[in-house]
Amino acid sequence: MKTTTILTLMSTVAAAQAFAADQTVTIASWGGSYQEAQSKALFEPAAATTGIEVKQETYGGMSDVRLQVSSGQVTLDIVASGSGSAARAAAEGLLEPLDYGVIDVSTFYPGLYTDHCVGGDVFSTVYAWNTDTYGENGPQSWADFFDVEKFPGSRAYRGTVAGALEGALMADGVPMEEVYSVLDSEEGIERAIDKIRELKPHISVFWTSGAQHAQLMKDGEVDMTTGWNGRFDNAAADGAKVAYSFNQALLDYDCFAIPKGAPNKDTAMAFLAEISKPEYQDDLPKYITYGPTNKAAYDTGEITAEVAAGLPSSPANAALQLPVSLEWYAKWETIAAEMYQEMLTE
Amino acid sequence: MGAARINEAGLRRDERLERLKLFGLSSPAILLILVILVLPVGWLFYVSFIGADGSFSLENYERMLKRKSYARIFRTTFEVSFLTTGLCILIGYPLAYFISQLPNRLANLCLITVLLPFWTSLLVRTYAWLVLLQKQGLVNDWAISLGLWEEPVKMVHNMTGNLIGMVHIMLPFLILPVYGAMRAISRDYMKAASNLGAGPVRAFWTVFFPLSLPGLFAGSLMVFILCLGFFVTPAVLGGGKVIMVSMQIVSNIELFVNWGAASALGVVLLVMTFAILWVASRFLRLEQMTGGGGH
Repeated sequence: MKTTTILTLMSTVAAAQAFAADQTVTIASWGGSYQEAQSKALFEPAAATTGIEVKQETYGGMSDVRLQVSSGQVTLDIVASGSGSAARAAAEGLLEPLDYGVIDVSTFYPGLYTDHCVGGDVFSTVYAWNTDTYGENGPQSWADFFDVEKFPGSRAYRGTVAGALEGALMADGVPMEEVYSVLDSEEGIERAIDKIRELKPHISVFWTSGAQHAQLMKDGEVDMTTGWNGRFDNAAADGAKVAYSFNQALLDYDCFAIPKGAPNKDTAMAFLAEISKPEYQDDLPKYITYGPTNKAAYDTGEITAEVAAGLPSSPANAALQLPVSLEWYAKWETIAAEMYQEMLTE
Repeated sequence: MGAARINEAGLRRDERLERLKLFGLSSPAILLILVILVLPVGWLFYVSFIGADGSFSLENYERMLKRKSYARIFRTTFEVSFLTTGLCILIGYPLAYFISQLPNRLANLCLITVLLPFWTSLLVRTYAWLVLLQKQGLVNDWAISLGLWEEPVKMVHNMTGNLIGMVHIMLPFLILPVYGAMRAISRDYMKAASNLGAGPVRAFWTVFFPLSLPGLFAGSLMVFILCLGFFVTPAVLGGGKVIMVSMQIVSNIELFVNWGAASALGVVLLVMTFAILWVASRFLRLEQMTGGGGH
């Protein structure tokens, strides 16, 4: 009896391995140093453990997924996406629902996974300043960023609406926890845009990419800008005189999703379950200064206290920030973007 | 008489045959234009009338009327194109005149320097201007060290920087046709004018300038049309505040779910461009504008 059980068990294991051997997933991400970090920390080690063969591609974002799904020619199994565009894609029905019976999110930060997209890394939209201009006493809140009397100097601000309104409202006196309820109407959106209108004469540049806002700080072209924390860390490592604060910053995340009709849906689900584990996520900060979405990654000992202190998702830093509301973006982004465009073209 | 008629009929047959042959020879080109130009533009028109829900709708056009920003974006696009064309004429015409008066070998050398920027990618030239013109760029550094001005002057991330970049990129498109037209003007005309008592200034304005107009029209038209579709230069040098139609087309593709929202912008730009060409052709003969004749 016992032997039979063992034999059955062994054959099951062998079958499972044989099964896994012909499994492949195609993953698309943003390329560059970001995808390189994902590849080294997540994809390659997970492929080695599970035996799932990984094919990597770069892509142009959810518009590619939209094209594939609408033409019925889906080739991608997993895509890395910004949380906001993933939420919109999910609302359009472009993504498969994720099976959280397979993917274990019990130790995830609440709000860093949705029905259709599971968080992969955490980043912040922060305000940064030139340390030559302001010394150690840089702005410490959005109110400071918008205060041109207290902090004279030129600004750069985001050229699209994503991450642009929240800070403006906080500068206008709205407490952090009420920002999204105030923004939940056209009047609220207009109030935030009016605050940016007020600052506009001092905004020299509306930036459109992370590389651009990092370069603006490196060149000393502006004295303050908003932007993504990892880019400023890289710029500072290159000698730029730049510092930033997590106080009132916007806590956001990138996530992994499965396009509707993905050819290897089940394998993709299993692969997502693997790379969401803390033992992979704890390697990511070695390659890029973005934090894990799985809290347990801080407990493995791979992330030193020093590294953790600088990550957006460390408990101390996360507590200072406003988590970005995906529901708000799904509901309002298109309308808010058009209203933002009015302000830009005035 | 009979022989003449037969002759005439034969000539006509020859002509028909010739035309057929010419048509046969040009049919691959016609087919190519049909496939790569007419069909896609037709498709663009069709798609612009498809709404977000996939059915026929005018919503993509209504949006442009509802939001003031679209009118402003079109105004900026035409403003930038007119200003660039005007500045190119102001700089390019005298330069072309100067080169056309040089001996051949020197003129060729000058033309090579005019063409040199063509061998560098547009993106590189645009970023080069960014590096030169920014707050701590070379131009500001030199001007301040020479005492021309005290504080860094804002020359980029605005309309000024955008125009500098676009004029630089567009200049050869104006100089070449103008130079070609000027080169074709016989010097004897000027001599004849002065023989008849005209001073150099009068001879230039009454003889030389009108003869150079076809080249000037051709060059200006080319510069203007190319400017309408500019994307990279305003995006990099405009500081996010100079928004042209092509940039809005990209944002609309990213923002709205359907291609129609972007196609409609393309259609409006195309129609407005044709309207401007039509108005221009009421004042100027079109063959003159395209440089095909006029003599």
